[in-house]
Amino acid sequence: MASVTLTGLVKEYPGGVRGVDGVDVEIGDGEFFALLGPSGCGKTTLLRTLAGLEAATEGSVRIDDRDVTRLDPGDRDVAMVFQDYALFPHMTVTDNVAYPLRIQKVAKAERESRARETAEGLSLGALMQRRPAQLSGGQQQRVALARAIACHPQVFLFDEPLSNLDARLRLEARTFLKQLQKSLGVTTVFVTHDQAEALAMADRMAVMESGRIRQIGTPREVFQRPANTFVANFIGATPMNLLDAQVVDGRLDLGGFTLPVPDGFAVGEGDKVVYGVRPEYVLASPGDREGVPGRGEASPPKVSGMRGTVSAVENLGVNVLVTVDAGEQAVRAVVPESEEPGLGDTIDLAPAPGRALLYRADGDGELIGS
Amino acid sequence: MSAATATHAPSARPAANPARTIAARSLGYAGLCVLVVFFALPLLWLVLTPFSPTPSYRATLSGFTFGNFDKLFANPQTWPSIRNSLVLAIGSSVLVIVLAALAAYALSRVRIPGRDQLLYALLLLSSIVTGTAAMVPIFLMLFQLGIIDRQFGVVLVLSGGLLPAAVFMLKDFVDSIPKSYEESARVFGASPGQILRHIVLPVIRPGMATVGVWALVQVWGNFLVPYVLLSDPAKQPAAVVMYTFYDAGGQPNFSLISTFALVYSVPVVVLYLVVNRRYGFAFQGGIKG
Repeated sequence: MASVTLTGLVKEYPGGVRGVDGVDVEIGDGEFFALLGPSGCGKTTLLRTLAGLEAATEGSVRIDDRDVTRLDPGDRDVAMVFQDYALFPHMTVTDNVAYPLRIQKVAKAERESRARETAEGLSLGALMQRRPAQLSGGQQQRVALARAIACHPQVFLFDEPLSNLDARLRLEARTFLKQLQKSLGVTTVFVTHDQAEALAMADRMAVMESGRIRQIGTPREVFQRPANTFVANFIGATPMNLLDAQVVDGRLDLGGFTLPVPDGFAVGEGDKVVYGVRPEYVLASPGDREGVPGRGEASPPKVSGMRGTVSAVENLGVNVLVTVDAGEQAVRAVVPESEEPGLGDTIDLAPAPGRALLYRADGDGELIGS
Repeated sequence: MSAATATHAPSARPAANPARTIAARSLGYAGLCVLVVFFALPLLWLVLTPFSPTPSYRATLSGFTFGNFDKLFANPQTWPSIRNSLVLAIGSSVLVIVLAALAAYALSRVRIPGRDQLLYALLLLSSIVTGTAAMVPIFLMLFQLGIIDRQFGVVLVLSGGLLPAAVFMLKDFVDSIPKSYEESARVFGASPGQILRHIVLPVIRPGMATVGVWALVQVWGNFLVPYVLLSDPAKQPAAVVMYTFYDAGGQPNFSLISTFALVYSVPVVVLYLVVNRRYGFAFQGGIKG
């Protein structure tokens, strides 16, 4: 298998627009690597440059020790699965899966048996004589995967492989794709705009914005310690609370209430910062009631720090997202369904220990170091 | 249904006078009948006259005979002229399909400034090329090139006239092929030629069938171009030869003309039916998912 190294990669379109703007990434052998970002951030352009469908303006693409920057897509030994699967409508499943082998001039009998073998591995054995129009979305996706697998590439490139599936099927396909990638052990780069998908599937991920990479790390690192406010905002089922604050008398003044400066952040008196904490990491307890009726001693300990009134309650299923007006800020917290407060209730909130982060209020909103 | 709607429903449309309605309808149908007769009469003539012992301008059947066919096939010009028609029509049709498919693919995939204007200009001019206006320069051109009085020259001129419209039709088909098909094949290592052969041409096959039949019919029915460019009767197609079926006195030979007209139109109808059955006619591209 193979590693992929991108060095100073730039893709500039006529007119000076930079789809990819100086990207450096090293993707390890056998790694499942996600490119994540909002639409228009250049993630698909980056993948296409890696595939060779777009020519790099500057920088280099290396697969293992081979410099493939100037090679044609067909000479790079990569296979790509497109968002629309790009199955050829006039060919049967067999012919579709065998197509890469046909290009490689493998004899007809052998390529058909290899196509059948690959397709059976993906439970497509009964569908070999069908055409793409006679398949469901999930089956089409598996045919596209089988076609990519059949040519035994060094690297898989997936462009939004799950976005054409319905929500339920997407979850199944996610698990399936991850298991498949692990069992094949082929280095895989996949593009997605869905942060949950990236967090769930990737070994490591890169978060992109306007052609640049804003953070690279494992899903855990990216989720727990976003490197800047852009990533903090983009990652997570509910966006992170990003509250304007200023250091006053060694504490953070958030406009109406103060909080201690979290450990490990070097700030000076008077600094303007952004206080970030995920709604999932905000602890809540009712302000004017003693515990919740019927829960007894199981009630969480009383917390304090931010007191406010509940202005919105959104049901997330097993949890509830509560928006609290505290001082001049609107703070969101995720609380268990059993502790759902009513609208207008007074509630106390506090960041979970060690979960609060501080970002610079100016520039790119980078995480403040220690 | 509520009582309110039940009582309102009839009064929603004012009750029309039944007598007036019937009168208006009768008048309408009478008009349609006249129109139908106007269009059906020539067809009726085409079908009946060849079997009539006394063919004339009138579409009547005063008996039944195959004698006209015997006379037609006994004529030494009949079979060669049909063969010539086939050569011209198939030759032009193949040339048009091949060139139009290549041009449509290129025009669809390569960005050329003014591409659409170019296509529209060609489309506009093409009607002139095979029309009367340009006959003299075309005659002179073929004369200079030494391909006057040769079927090859006629095929070239007719194809040239049909190509812009054919490219225009086929480009629409190629435009409807998602780029990802070709990109996918490229990543697997297919060359542009392979992509064209394996992916693009099979996907636009219904379009090529439509364009092919259309070109064939156009050439089959063209009179002016072969009439002007071919002087040797042995090379003239059916459409031109039919024009020579007059007797010595300058009277049209109805038995030959009517019979030949029927024989002449049969291949086109058969072809239409076969292709329609096989591919279905489509004038716009589209991938049905």
